Amino acid sequence: MYEPKPFSKVLYIDLNRRTSWVEERDDLVEEWLGGIGLGIQLLKEESMTSVDPLSPENSIILAVGPFNATYPLGSKTVALFKSPLTGNLGESYAGGRSSVSIKLAGYMAIVIRGASETPIYLAIHEDRVHFRDASALWGMTSSFTVGRVIAEREPSAGYRSILRIGPAGEKLVRYASVMVESFRHFGRLGLGAVFGSKKLKAIVISGRKALKVEDKVAYKKVYDEIFEKAVRSGLMKKYHELGTTMNVLPLNELGALPTMNLKSGRFEQAENISGEEMASKVLGRRIACSGCPVACIHLAALREPYPHEPFFYKTVFISYDYELAYALGSMLGIGKREGFLKLLHFVESAGLDAISTGVCFAWATEALEKGLISERETLLRLKWGDYESYIKAVKMIVEQPNEFYKELALGVRNASKHFGGEEFALSFGGNEMPGYHTGPAAYLGFLVGGRHSHLDNAGYSLDQKIRELPPPEELVEKLIKEESWRMVLNSLVICLFARGIYDAETVSEALDPLGIPVPPEELHRLGRDIYKQRYSLKIQMGFDPTELKPPGRILEVPTPHGTLEEEYFERGLKHFSNILRDWDII
Amino acid sequence: MRIYIELGIYLTKRLSVLDSDLCVGCASCMLACTRRFAEVGYGKSAIHVRSAGGMEKGFIVVVCRACLEPPCAKVCPEDALVPRKGGGVILKPEKCIACGYCVEACPFGAIFWDEEVNKPIICVYCGYCANYCPYNVIALEEVR
Repeated sequence: MYEPKPFSKVLYIDLNRRTSWVEERDDLVEEWLGGIGLGIQLLKEESMTSVDPLSPENSIILAVGPFNATYPLGSKTVALFKSPLTGNLGESYAGGRSSVSIKLAGYMAIVIRGASETPIYLAIHEDRVHFRDASALWGMTSSFTVGRVIAEREPSAGYRSILRIGPAGEKLVRYASVMVESFRHFGRLGLGAVFGSKKLKAIVISGRKALKVEDKVAYKKVYDEIFEKAVRSGLMKKYHELGTTMNVLPLNELGALPTMNLKSGRFEQAENISGEEMASKVLGRRIACSGCPVACIHLAALREPYPHEPFFYKTVFISYDYELAYALGSMLGIGKREGFLKLLHFVESAGLDAISTGVCFAWATEALEKGLISERETLLRLKWGDYESYIKAVKMIVEQPNEFYKELALGVRNASKHFGGEEFALSFGGNEMPGYHTGPAAYLGFLVGGRHSHLDNAGYSLDQKIRELPPPEELVEKLIKEESWRMVLNSLVICLFARGIYDAETVSEALDPLGIPVPPEELHRLGRDIYKQRYSLKIQMGFDPTELKPPGRILEVPTPHGTLEEEYFERGLKHFSNILRDWDII
Repeated sequence: MRIYIELGIYLTKRLSVLDSDLCVGCASCMLACTRRFAEVGYGKSAIHVRSAGGMEKGFIVVVCRACLEPPCAKVCPEDALVPRKGGGVILKPEKCIACGYCVEACPFGAIFWDEEVNKPIICVYCGYCANYCPYNVIALEEVR
């Protein structure tokens, strides 16, 4: 149970043979810290660049880093896999109790290979790995219930994390998510479908070890400094009080809140789904990820009457965030708060990524509007704001009763190729777009980002900082610089909300007591190296940066930086390809 | 301090759960308890937080209540758990034979196990955990 040398163990699990073993990977951990840095190397070893993402040959890596359980906001786990949505590198982050549980179970990473013939779930309690039959859990309609059942059956409440998929993952919807502790997710890029393809319903992992550090006095001192910063900083206060939905109104004001499939950047009913209104009208509880004093997770309490029973109610708790208010709110024209929350709850129960689902539905609604498809395809009259139809559509995506839903379950890029409307299919590199119509940095960021999502390089934030547009080449370089630094943060693996606290000096100072001496400038070099490694893996998986192109729609609707020019993107993307060429990646 | 003791008023301290509904489940207290020894994790922690059956229902905060008649001490066959004046117990590790009866006897489940040394983990009422609770869920309080 007690491990003097805790920082390099990798747990390998083979689902084909139902065996597991542990390897000490000091070689990798010394060079790549952990998290994304370590994960990329482990993924490379799986040599699966050309495999089908839904075949048993697709391995899943879950990796944590030196800061998990160790420092405040060291709360994330990175999952790496081949994405069934984009066919390229899959990379997704989740909090909850996942990272602390994995770390305190004694592991830096878990590699899951192969596939089971029958439904199973994995119960990992420190050094014991159980392959448990999950036939009875397969097919359950709600991923919340799956979690409850496992929580009742397995030991170590409070020390464990429960990762599971819903029916969407079982049915291989390419943007199915993996739910963590009911309110956090490995949301993006379809890890849920990869679980489903392996007949892996869930993973419960628990650990309560005590791990040693090298310099005890310095460790406690540095911990206290970071903790103080975390609880005192205004940055943290805003994430705790209103949470990320605080962005709804400012972005709407700027004209940067994608509305009704980005036919507009402003939503008339934005106030209803704003952080302010949500907090005063429906906020029921705030919770935190393990090791994070901030507690940014906002749960709405939705009180619903039973239709046939007078004065009988149920209260459902639904975690909301900005991205969801965008994808299942403004993007679908849903301004009725209860409607938005109900839809969100169904999306969560099904185990779908909310952003991708919202973008797919928004495209379908517009395609229906434009007559590219008819109700014969959609089976429903999808209409902006009509949340009840969208709730029914969630079921359709899972069940896929006809060709249309089968195609839509493969993502919006695919569906639009099939049915038309590619110019308003809001996908970047095959991934449905996050909610920032802030300007060129956001969109170039989605395009060049490793996972084609907003947290890769925070272009949306850059857009809001720059007054005048720099040349696109300069913008791309800034994005690469930010993304490279984030490779370090994602190797530690901290929550990116704490990026303001963890500057290079602080990170270096915090690594030192753990016996990992890395000077700040060395960290920057490491970030760049991981960036290159990650991109070179993407290229090997078939990614072609010269094929990148923004969807036409984003060039039609003015951003806070005015109407965007195609030429600006072309120049930026060309420069990006040139940089990769200079680095001998392509 | 001596004068109080002589007067029979004890400045005994114990950890109190002020309001578990304020708890966000961040586990900062649990991590703090093990960090007393400058170690990382939960392996030395005498405080435990778990959800009350799903995090949406809130959290249960398990701490030693410093009982006046500690059931853990009553079942200890070696008198390794010595009742403290004013409530609670003090562990004499050299006497402990690691039978685990104390763990079973505590109705709150507030005695944990140290796997490294194979001994129970007993709260020492130092209040280190409370220093890291950002939401004032727990506090070290004087008992009389």
